[in-house]
Amino acid sequence: MAKLNNSAVLKIVEICGRYKNEKTPLMMILSDIQNEYGYIPLEVQEIVSRETGISVAEIYGVVTFYSFFSLKPKGKYVIGCCLGTACYVKNAQQVIDKFSEILKIKPGETTEDGMFTLDALRCIGACGIAPAVSINGTVYPKMSVDKVAKIVDDYKAKEVAA
Amino acid sequence: MSLVNIKIEGVPYQVDGSLTVLEAAKACGYEIPSLCAFNHGECNQGSCRVCLVEATGARGLIASCVYPVNEGMEIRISSPKAVEARRRSVELLLSNHNQNCQQCDKNGKCELLHVAQLVGAREGAFAGVHSETYIDELAPGLVRDTSKCILCGRCIARCSNAHGLGILGFENRGFKTIVSPAENRSFADSPCIQCGQCVNVCPTGALMEHSEIYKVDAALKSGKHVIVQAAPAVRAALGEEFGYPIGTPVTGKMIAAMRRLGFERVYDVNFGADLTIMEEGTELLHRLTEGGVLPMITSCSPGWINYAEYNYGDLLPHLSSCKSPHQMQGAIIKSYWAQQHGVDPKDIFVVSVMPCVAKKFERQREQEIVDGLYDVDAVITTRELARMIRRSGIIFNRLPDEDWDQDIMGDYTGAGVIFGVTGGVMEAALRTVYYKLTGKEYDKVEFTAVRGHEAGIREASIDINGTVVNVAIASGMKSAKVLLDDIRAGKSKYQFIEIMGCPGGCINGGGQPYVRPCFLPNEDDNILDTYKEKRAKALYSEDERQVIRQSHNNPQIIELYDKFLGEPNSHKAHHLLHTSYAAREGFNVIKK
Repeated sequence: MAKLNNSAVLKIVEICGRYKNEKTPLMMILSDIQNEYGYIPLEVQEIVSRETGISVAEIYGVVTFYSFFSLKPKGKYVIGCCLGTACYVKNAQQVIDKFSEILKIKPGETTEDGMFTLDALRCIGACGIAPAVSINGTVYPKMSVDKVAKIVDDYKAKEVAA
Repeated sequence: MSLVNIKIEGVPYQVDGSLTVLEAAKACGYEIPSLCAFNHGECNQGSCRVCLVEATGARGLIASCVYPVNEGMEIRISSPKAVEARRRSVELLLSNHNQNCQQCDKNGKCELLHVAQLVGAREGAFAGVHSETYIDELAPGLVRDTSKCILCGRCIARCSNAHGLGILGFENRGFKTIVSPAENRSFADSPCIQCGQCVNVCPTGALMEHSEIYKVDAALKSGKHVIVQAAPAVRAALGEEFGYPIGTPVTGKMIAAMRRLGFERVYDVNFGADLTIMEEGTELLHRLTEGGVLPMITSCSPGWINYAEYNYGDLLPHLSSCKSPHQMQGAIIKSYWAQQHGVDPKDIFVVSVMPCVAKKFERQREQEIVDGLYDVDAVITTRELARMIRRSGIIFNRLPDEDWDQDIMGDYTGAGVIFGVTGGVMEAALRTVYYKLTGKEYDKVEFTAVRGHEAGIREASIDINGTVVNVAIASGMKSAKVLLDDIRAGKSKYQFIEIMGCPGGCINGGGQPYVRPCFLPNEDDNILDTYKEKRAKALYSEDERQVIRQSHNNPQIIELYDKFLGEPNSHKAHHLLHTSYAAREGFNVIKK
């Protein structure tokens, strides 16, 4: 087990402690850790297992079942392309393929500079504005292939400026 | 219990209202084709969709394994709709299943194949892409092949029911779902204790023992002195593989079969068990009288040793330093036996037949190696021995009863034979400790208070010349944990604890014949509740038949100490018969 630093261990123990009286605390604990650190690696799951008595395999199963949880660190900007039915029939596949082509990563991966992560999402409930893309919570409605390059460039420019 | 009136195929019955449709049908004489084999819900219930039937008051077809009966319910098992639905369910399972059945060691005991034949599933009904296959062959004890897994979840349930461990779990989702240790790791890189309980419940060949038959074949071909030794629990269960009722001891036929398979010598591990008692009993006496670490805990079960090293590294000084009986006996074969027969130990190949898959791991532990040699060169399970017997054309049931080879290590006592049962090691050790402390045999030799076949904890207090020795036994890590946490907290009242990895002890080991009601039409309906007790009885009856029932009265053990070892816990005995332990990290390998 790769060793976590002490403050991280204490933080995770503290998060587990928040839900001591819950009957089924796992989802809440994992959500908090995901929000705090952006990912939930196995070392962290081992601590959650020790604190809650839930087996590592079960925790790992939950983490890999829900696309909201991640085993690996995500990029600064997480690009979520909705591939739900409504978006899909409005060419969402071509949109995500274009992001993939420009960023040179597959869905689920992060660029080497740690700037962008590309995620395929199931329905995010924005069918009225399909196909929808969500970047760090900002929703881009009625996306099309030719808008992709500009969006990526805008984020890159923002980084250079900053 | 309230009775309800139901109809099955139009025939009225009265059944217990708390039953599921599947159970009620069984009670009325119908076996709804299913994959669950009435295994007390040890699976991802209702998920396989095989046991579908029509029932009034339900929308659509119901999964009979989870649907309760209710008053006035009319059940149709044989309606065309239900028959077709069950076939479809199995065909869907088969559509993502590796169908190389002829190369699968589970063939003949495979519940999926069995139910596929029952429902008339057809090949290729849903041909298409298969999920990616992962095969884990790194662990000495177990092999996992996801191409044969039907995601029933029995192994997951067994692992946490027996041990509270939960090594296995579902991971990923949809078509990518697999059952595996976290991160799809090998069992070897996870805190798995390799007990094999998951193998015992797997309906297909997805989880199997890591077979070592090929090593035995190579040794027999090599011209080495191939010596076989069989553990007590094997004789209590091997007969099941050849159609004998559960609980039939087949010691004589088993010996005859092993001789016909070409082994040069056929020895009983009971001799090793007697030797273990001498060493372990002496160790306990030293600890009791010289202020050693107490309670002392037995060390015969390699599954338990693995658990201790992963989870209770701080308690390892409590473990007896004694090797397990077959390792001791292997060490003696490669030293004393070799010397007596003028054979180079390097030319000896020792095969152990064990009810256990963790023994495959144990024999490769570096702490067990003596003078550069393994004590034991191959471990095969009861099931693997049966496979070797079948392929050799031996008609087991027609074999004569033969006896163990008697030279040097043939004798054994009743104390050795009960090692295969939970509580057995403790009972055997107490017989000898009592003698050593009082100079006389305990007149009532049976410590029935510690006998038991359930996975619970039992305890007893034995008054030896005014000194009260408190003892406890546990099998299955879930029970063991209770005792261990007490020791850790400094509030254990015991001096001696026996821990066995598998619930019920070796008779229920991970290498024992599968107990599947669907393949055992002549056994009782409740066989899953009673098989452990039946196997245990087979061993206790052999104990009671023995004239000598205490290890220290075994004449060949006495001779071994006189001629070779000196006395129990001597320097030589330590070199050959004792070992050490080391704490281990559960998920120790850092990926990438």
